[in-house]
Amino acid sequence: MVTDLMLMKPEAKSDRADTQAALPVLSLDGVTKTFPGVTALSKVSLALFAGKVTALVGENGAGKSTVVKILTGIYQPDSGLIEVDGNPVRFSTAQDATTAGVTAIHQETVLFDELSVAENIFLGHAPRGRFGLIDTRAMVEQARKILAGIGAQIDPKAKLKDLGIANKHLVAIARALSVDARVVIMDEPTAALSQKEIEELYALVEELKAQGKAILFISHKFDEIFRIADNYTVFRDGALVGSGAIADVTEAALVKMMVGRDVSQIFPNRTRNVGDEILTVEGYEHPTEFAGISFSLRQGEILGFYGLIGAGRSEFMQALFGITRPSAGTVRIDNAPAVIRSPADAVAKGIVYVPEDRGKQGAITALPIFQNVTLPSLGRTSKNGFLRLAEEFRLAREYTSRLSLRAASLDTDVGNLSGGNQQKVVIAKWLATRPKIIILDEPTKGIDIGSKAAVHEFMAELAAQGLAVIMVSSEIPEVLGMSDRVIVMREGRIAAELCGDKMSPETLVRHAAGI
Amino acid sequence: MSKQGLMSRELLLTGAIILLLGVIASRFPAFIAPGNLVNVFNDTAPLILLAIGQMIVILTRCIDLSVAANLALTGMVVAMLNVAMPGLPVPVIIALAITFGAVLGMFNGVLVWKLAIPPIVVTLGTMTIFRGIIFLLSEGRWINAHQLSDAFKAFPRTVLLGLPVMSWIALGAVALFVVVMNRTSLGRAFYAAGGNPHAATYAGINVGRTQFWAFTISGALSGLAGYLWVSRFAVAFVDLARGFELTVVAACVIGGVAIMGGSGTVLGAMLGALFLGIISNALPVVNISPFWQLAISGSAIIIAVALNASANRKKGRIILKRAEQAT
Repeated sequence: MVTDLMLMKPEAKSDRADTQAALPVLSLDGVTKTFPGVTALSKVSLALFAGKVTALVGENGAGKSTVVKILTGIYQPDSGLIEVDGNPVRFSTAQDATTAGVTAIHQETVLFDELSVAENIFLGHAPRGRFGLIDTRAMVEQARKILAGIGAQIDPKAKLKDLGIANKHLVAIARALSVDARVVIMDEPTAALSQKEIEELYALVEELKAQGKAILFISHKFDEIFRIADNYTVFRDGALVGSGAIADVTEAALVKMMVGRDVSQIFPNRTRNVGDEILTVEGYEHPTEFAGISFSLRQGEILGFYGLIGAGRSEFMQALFGITRPSAGTVRIDNAPAVIRSPADAVAKGIVYVPEDRGKQGAITALPIFQNVTLPSLGRTSKNGFLRLAEEFRLAREYTSRLSLRAASLDTDVGNLSGGNQQKVVIAKWLATRPKIIILDEPTKGIDIGSKAAVHEFMAELAAQGLAVIMVSSEIPEVLGMSDRVIVMREGRIAAELCGDKMSPETLVRHAAGI
Repeated sequence: MSKQGLMSRELLLTGAIILLLGVIASRFPAFIAPGNLVNVFNDTAPLILLAIGQMIVILTRCIDLSVAANLALTGMVVAMLNVAMPGLPVPVIIALAITFGAVLGMFNGVLVWKLAIPPIVVTLGTMTIFRGIIFLLSEGRWINAHQLSDAFKAFPRTVLLGLPVMSWIALGAVALFVVVMNRTSLGRAFYAAGGNPHAATYAGINVGRTQFWAFTISGALSGLAGYLWVSRFAVAFVDLARGFELTVVAACVIGGVAIMGGSGTVLGAMLGALFLGIISNALPVVNISPFWQLAISGSAIIIAVALNASANRKKGRIILKRAEQAT
């Protein structure tokens, strides 16, 4: 299977021809991984060669993270083979993968702030001295050598927490090298780095290549893929859609592979009935997360916010909702200046926010359904300072039945409901506040197709009733299928505002990735 | 917490208390005579008051270790006030005790809310500070029965409809806080802020301010208990009720209050306090050494926590599964 794929590029240059002949250091063959209700990976294959950088490309949710977890032994595939040097292996634990020489540098570094650089590098495999005690001097010496090898000027005795983010990354890389890795997985390593640091990272990748390591490089940024990768593999919706040599492919072709798909989802037909302007945001700024955000929103409109993870969409929405404070910028609601200092202010002004991480930010699982629904509306359900349970139940019944929530009783703890039903409780909670503007952050993330359609249907209904909807989504079909207008954010700024014919998968990806 | 869960938790505890009484009665039938049970309840009244306050604080994912020191300080202040002004009416003294205790609680609350210091550190500090202030005020001297006015001492012992006033106060506090916790926005905010602080923030609840109010209530109840304690035992001194804060936390844990916050009831806290009150009253009577009393209380805590943990484990698994799906 692997060789088949590599044969797809007949006019490969001679040095690559060697690679084809060579056995991949690590490969996946027909790997499938399912979670209850979701197929994360479907018969995917991937091959990594010594001294080569393979770029793994795909949209959010394409299955990239799952592959990393399988390669590092955190997940086990349901079927298919993992092979090291052509021999089938089984990674039952992360330790097995490390022993086989597979190491990963994660997007968010998993290191220990209170330990020294050397201790971080050698945690779990520190050099031992007499009596089996850790030989601190040897550890520091070896750490110094590894750090020097990657050109990092870091004191091995410094505490990790005193290092900047770029140096922490270098420590993570040094850790990866300390185990004598043969395969290095880099999961969006440049996401948090400045341009200068990125250049240094490229140099390091070249160095690793020269040492004969096989590198899996996961990135959303096409410029860097074309700069450092030798091969590419594209995933879409958990399936392999193409792979080959970077030299034989164009940016446009990669984008097409990434987003081109059968339209399997059907979105509700909406009669677009856009009314008066209800929200105007001018020059919203945050010291670190975003800058220069200006846009307007009309009644009955669905405005999509698209961007890569880390583009600052959720951070901006949280500022708009009063959870964080912007450093500059104004908001007008219904043409009157509005000051939003807290979520309570936002709710009072008619803005509600259904957050992305519902487990963490949405439902209170230890409270019953009706108390979750009425939580932001307690002012309306109480009289003379006392809550009226009958009124709470009435409100909860009204809004949960509109979402056809299925539960034995409104007295059931939310923790006992399924994910889809918890989602409905959270949405019911916000609708019960009778908002004018509703912000939905990744409204269908992690829920099954059927529930997705129901959420889309419902979103269309909200807009038809005159609500203004802001939908933050990383799923291109959803953005295109639901939005009247799309704002694309990149690196904390608005990269483009698109409507009508200009809304196409290719333009979205281009603006989001900055190409 | 749903109604079914709530009822089963409290029924279980009531059952445990009845079982405990049955075991004691089998060896010492006089223990369950109505008159003695009234005495046991009355003895437990201060613990019930403190457990209610502590329950609210724990609900919001905090802990208040300063309750016993607050009780002792407020007790000393009202005792000295009584010595200085014997004519001051008891209702005024009670109002002052509640206010003074609340102010001490607000001090904890402000540190937790505005400076975001971990509650265990804040209240460990104020616990020592409060004891120190008692020493400064009293110069280490005791205030004894003969220095206190008769009205000051008589009030909690006055019997109304067969129960001493002190018991009525505990029952009144239980009733009041059952209403506050179930029927007011503040009560709901305590559950929400502890159950899921992030979600509570999104719902417009100021989590820090909610915690501040929890500490204030805990302080006010400690102050009230301070007057009752000093007047009942007719003595005030630096080491009054030293170590009692841990008994209070134990009562909450036995009463099914989740130590991680978000779950617990006023009735549960009361039953937890009664359970410990019965043990501490019964064991000397049936001639069991104080060591066994501690061991039994300790075992009850561990059993209660183990029951809580097993009840919560199922939910944990669901969350884990969902987290995996999301990736």
